[in-house]
Amino acid sequence: MPAITLTINNDLISARQGQTLLEVAREHGIEIPTLCHLDGLEAMGGCRLCLVELQGAPRPVPSCVTKAAEGMVVTTHSDKLVEYRKMLVELLLAERTHTCSICVQNNNCELQTLAAKLGIDHVRFDYLHQQLPMDASRERFALDHNRCVLCLRCVRVCDAVEGAHTWDVRGRGSTSRIVADLDRPWGTSTSCTDCGKCVQLCPTGALFKKGATVGEMKKERSFLNRILERRRLAAQGGTP
Amino acid sequence: MSGDCCEHTLLVDDPRLKLVERAMKRLQYQPDALIEVLHTAQEAFGYLSRDLLSHVAAQLKLPESQVFGVATFYHFFTLRPKGEHSCIVCTGTACYVKGAGEILNTLEQAAGIKAGQTTADGRLSLGTARCLGNCSLAPMITIDDTVYGPEKPEGAVDKLNRLLEVPHEQG
Ligand code: SF4
Ligand code: SF4
Ligand code: FES
Repeated sequence: MPAITLTINNDLISARQGQTLLEVAREHGIEIPTLCHLDGLEAMGGCRLCLVELQGAPRPVPSCVTKAAEGMVVTTHSDKLVEYRKMLVELLLAERTHTCSICVQNNNCELQTLAAKLGIDHVRFDYLHQQLPMDASRERFALDHNRCVLCLRCVRVCDAVEGAHTWDVRGRGSTSRIVADLDRPWGTSTSCTDCGKCVQLCPTGALFKKGATVGEMKKERSFLNRILERRRLAAQGGTP
Repeated sequence: MSGDCCEHTLLVDDPRLKLVERAMKRLQYQPDALIEVLHTAQEAFGYLSRDLLSHVAAQLKLPESQVFGVATFYHFFTLRPKGEHSCIVCTGTACYVKGAGEILNTLEQAAGIKAGQTTADGRLSLGTARCLGNCSLAPMITIDDTVYGPEKPEGAVDKLNRLLEVPHEQG
């Protein structure tokens, strides 16, 4: 793969053609916050937390879906970017009803971690105080819409890895919701195989295992890369 | 159950369903024909019931949740019948030649709405579809799930009036 050279935070860095700015930055130990992105899932550029500044570009771009190019001059951290990221997380916190103290995911939550890392100690926006329903109709798992950040990891893993495509999004804007099949209770879904992949990849306590109490839910993600690696090998004709 | 969907059992010989079937066939059951198929379905039925969405998903080999996502993303689509009752006038060539235009005009006058609209009291939606495929019945109309034809303007108005006399369903 042809090598390219670009500048990130004033350092000259070499990268491979086709890599995203996020990949390049991470390879060089530069930490950019992400939420919707997850290694192994198709990037979708939804949450905008990974915004970076590109010299000559009119506005920041999401680094998870922007390919590195020769001669790019990139800034991953600036006062403006930090401010944007804070606003984005605050908007997420204000939109649904995240009550960490009673959440199964307390202390293991990516949203909580992001907020802490960004030093968010208050939310400047009015909370919507939505009381959204909880779907506990499935035997082993449940979905609490109040904690969903619409990162669509569940949609992507269920479609691309499990092959079931149980989840999708209904509506648009602030009325968007995750739906199973034709917006039926998850427990009556005929496409779901009960594999639990969506539950494990959900960054918050929106998807969780039933029976877990406050702070008990820990998510296990290593299966994703193992499955993908075995598929890569199989596709190459190796022994999976 | 979510409150904005309606169950509606599909009948195989429903001409509105046949219209949707023909659209899918014409588009060779391509998954990317979804929006066009939903347009046809919405026009034929006036709204998209869950059974209809489920049927379209199966025929186009698409996940149900994806079909649902598309149907709820675009404002053009509605998932519940607009009016309590729906009347569709076929305006395909055969029906048109045999007087569908006159039926439609009469119905519009009687109901005080145009095709594509619902009466203020929410009792009736009026629509047109091109073509419901029962040309031997031309000019034909459907009232809720019943097909009538050959129809006349006065007959159509009578049928609607009789239907609307039945008191409003409580619900
Ligand atoms: S449990 Fe598996 S099949 Fe069911 S919705 Fe989640 S990822 Fe899809
Ligand atoms: S349920 Fe979880 S994984 Fe799915 S969109 Fe919401 S936050 Fe993301
Ligand atoms: S991580 Fe890039 S947009 Fe969400």
